[in-house]
Amino acid sequence: MGEVKIEVGKLSVSASPHIRCDESIAKIMWMVNLALAPAALFSIYRFGLSALYTMVICIVAAIVTEYAIQKWQGKTITVSDGSAFLTGLLLAMNIPSTVPWYMPLFGSAVAIAVAKHTMGGLGFNIFNPALVGRAVLLASWPVAMTTWPTMASKLDGVTSATPLGILKLQGYAKLVEIFGDKMTMYKSLFFGSRSGSMGETAALLLILGGIFLIYRGYINWQVPVVMIGTVGVLTAVFGQDPIMHMMSGGLILGAFFMATDMVTIPITVKGQMVFAAGAGALTVLIRLLGGYPEGVCYAILLMNAVTPLIDLWLKPKKFGARR
Amino acid sequence: MTRSFRGGVHPNDRKNFTAAKAIEVAPLPEKVVIPTRQHIGAPCSPIVKVGDLVKKGQVIAETQAFVSSPVHASISGKVAAIAEYPHPVFGSCSAIIIESDGKDEWVEGLPIKREWQSLESDELKDVIRLAGIVGMGGATFPTHVKMAPPKEKSIDMFILNGAECEPYLTADHRVMLEEADRVVTGMQIVMKALDVKQGYIGIEENKPDAIKVMREAVSGTAIKVVALQTKYPQGAEKTLIKVVADREVPSGGLPMDVGVVVQNVGTVVAVAEAVEKGLPLIERVTTVTGGAIAEPKNLRLRIGTTFAMAIELCGGFKEEPAKLIMGGPMMGMAQCSVDVPVIKGTSGILALSAADINSGDERPCIRCGRCVEACPMGLVPSMLSILGERGMYEAAKEKYDLLDCVECGSCVYTCPAKRNIVHYVKLAKAQNAAAAAKK
Ligand code: SF4
Ligand code: SF4
Repeated sequence: MGEVKIEVGKLSVSASPHIRCDESIAKIMWMVNLALAPAALFSIYRFGLSALYTMVICIVAAIVTEYAIQKWQGKTITVSDGSAFLTGLLLAMNIPSTVPWYMPLFGSAVAIAVAKHTMGGLGFNIFNPALVGRAVLLASWPVAMTTWPTMASKLDGVTSATPLGILKLQGYAKLVEIFGDKMTMYKSLFFGSRSGSMGETAALLLILGGIFLIYRGYINWQVPVVMIGTVGVLTAVFGQDPIMHMMSGGLILGAFFMATDMVTIPITVKGQMVFAAGAGALTVLIRLLGGYPEGVCYAILLMNAVTPLIDLWLKPKKFGARR
Repeated sequence: MTRSFRGGVHPNDRKNFTAAKAIEVAPLPEKVVIPTRQHIGAPCSPIVKVGDLVKKGQVIAETQAFVSSPVHASISGKVAAIAEYPHPVFGSCSAIIIESDGKDEWVEGLPIKREWQSLESDELKDVIRLAGIVGMGGATFPTHVKMAPPKEKSIDMFILNGAECEPYLTADHRVMLEEADRVVTGMQIVMKALDVKQGYIGIEENKPDAIKVMREAVSGTAIKVVALQTKYPQGAEKTLIKVVADREVPSGGLPMDVGVVVQNVGTVVAVAEAVEKGLPLIERVTTVTGGAIAEPKNLRLRIGTTFAMAIELCGGFKEEPAKLIMGGPMMGMAQCSVDVPVIKGTSGILALSAADINSGDERPCIRCGRCVEACPMGLVPSMLSILGERGMYEAAKEKYDLLDCVECGSCVYTCPAKRNIVHYVKLAKAQNAAAAAKK
């Protein structure tokens, strides 16, 4: 036997536990980006290069803004953790591909600077930054933000209203007529041949991405199921076409990727279900009664605001609580 | 069907390093360092002087306090010094250093031979107290105190904790395999002393051989073996009782509030040794393991053997250890030196390599909820860490049930932001205690 070594160098004496799992913030954020990738690529394929440009502008602007703020504040630079990238990508998915370049730039910078970093950075923001960015853009440039490229023709510049827009202004019969028949309409909604913002068009790919995140345990299935289910039930109650509503607009994108943004939703599964039900109900309320054809964005933002209350109200059941 | 509890985590258990290795009796140490504090409760004072000759099993430190336990010499030899010495739990503590005379002789009158059946409950408890037996799972609470609950608590069940849910550790596992009969005898003694009829042994399913051996060993007795789901912290008292007895220890309460007493495997073997042979607690089985140890082993070590000696017996370090721990990786205590001695509660000596630790920089909580899912006590660990970090200790106690935290570390293990929640919990508990003391 050789020499037995028992000397030690510097030992770390931090508190227990002394082992950690393999998860990290960066891993989670990049996984969510990955889950969004198929839908993002599909929109580039469908909308053409303008979609790619808009997406790149959103993402680069988000990262550069975060970098600049952290540099200026002398904080650790965390742009590589994928969360600024995700905010940029999500914002891009929420706007039409045809907007002029300065809009995504501005939206992304506002999302990161105002919604995220004035609150203290990742983990401290109350509102989903991408949705704040979108809301600010919609308020600043309402026309550009609701002028949608038609996907079917794949020609930039040709615009038409979204299915929900048509529903709001011209009615359900007209909407079905445009698609030909109901079945064709459902199929188009599901497979993405319709107009809309970049990320909301391919329901199928968004759902697959969402299932991947559920499978990996990064989001809870209850959130999309309850939110989309609430929209289905309430629209049916109000005599609308629930299938069309469940597949339209930003609902699928919102339910799988924004109502599941862990930072801005309740921390318990119970609380998340209340959140999802509230977001679904508000979506229907805005779609049917509000001035906008679509309400997912505001619905989720409104529920973000009540998240702290939900967390206070729905704490987990404590072990040994019954006396 | 195996039963379970809410929450918990599934760390890689790494028990394969030592699970199949039989307990090895360590050679007689040349020197032992025996701290006068081996337990939770009142410290003992030395009753020997420098230069005294002592024998194995001789009492060398004691106190009259009830919540306390005497300390015995673990080798025969000369008291070389009584001095402050590094302690694995209390940082530093007065210790009695004995140099071996190489004879390893028992103090006069030991060992003896006794039938446990012939002793009454009170006599048994006395023997256990005088033998210096404390909880050997790590908590080191004096065993005789646990066995003498106040009159108004009626105890009707005893549970032997064979879960050994901490990763890496295999000492209890090996004791169950190799000394099953001693375990059963010790359990019968404890049950007689407590006057309880229901006895259970809870063992995690990752030890099928131990489940089998113990089932055979208890046949013909009233004791039952319960297979438990492999999930950390299955062996924490509250979760163990929940699963085995389906009773929930009330918040702020103790196992005796639901009529249960729990003991560790090593402890009941020590009880059997004390009652049947008159032997005090002077040695224990300890798992010496971790990615930095050349040849991990289960060793039978004299109390007072230094970590350095134990590690040397395992071939030393094969790589630079990043952390040295007494106990398991989830609840053990990090050490800053290999000079600390093995005490009665040293279930493991763990030298983890940097790769084992998998640490990362602490980041802000992203509210992912994983800690909430993992907490067996139904708390909101993220809030405990945030309030602890901000110094809002009272809010942590009043609004987020700080005192219900059992410091199991499940939340920290699972946290993607690498938040040191248990650190903040300990800090907040200490600050609350200090504030209460001031009033
Ligand atoms: S696991 Fe960590 S990041 Fe997630 S909620 Fe708990 S403390 Fe926050
Ligand atoms: S909060 Fe306490 S009891 Fe809950 S998981 Fe964390 S350490 Fe364990």
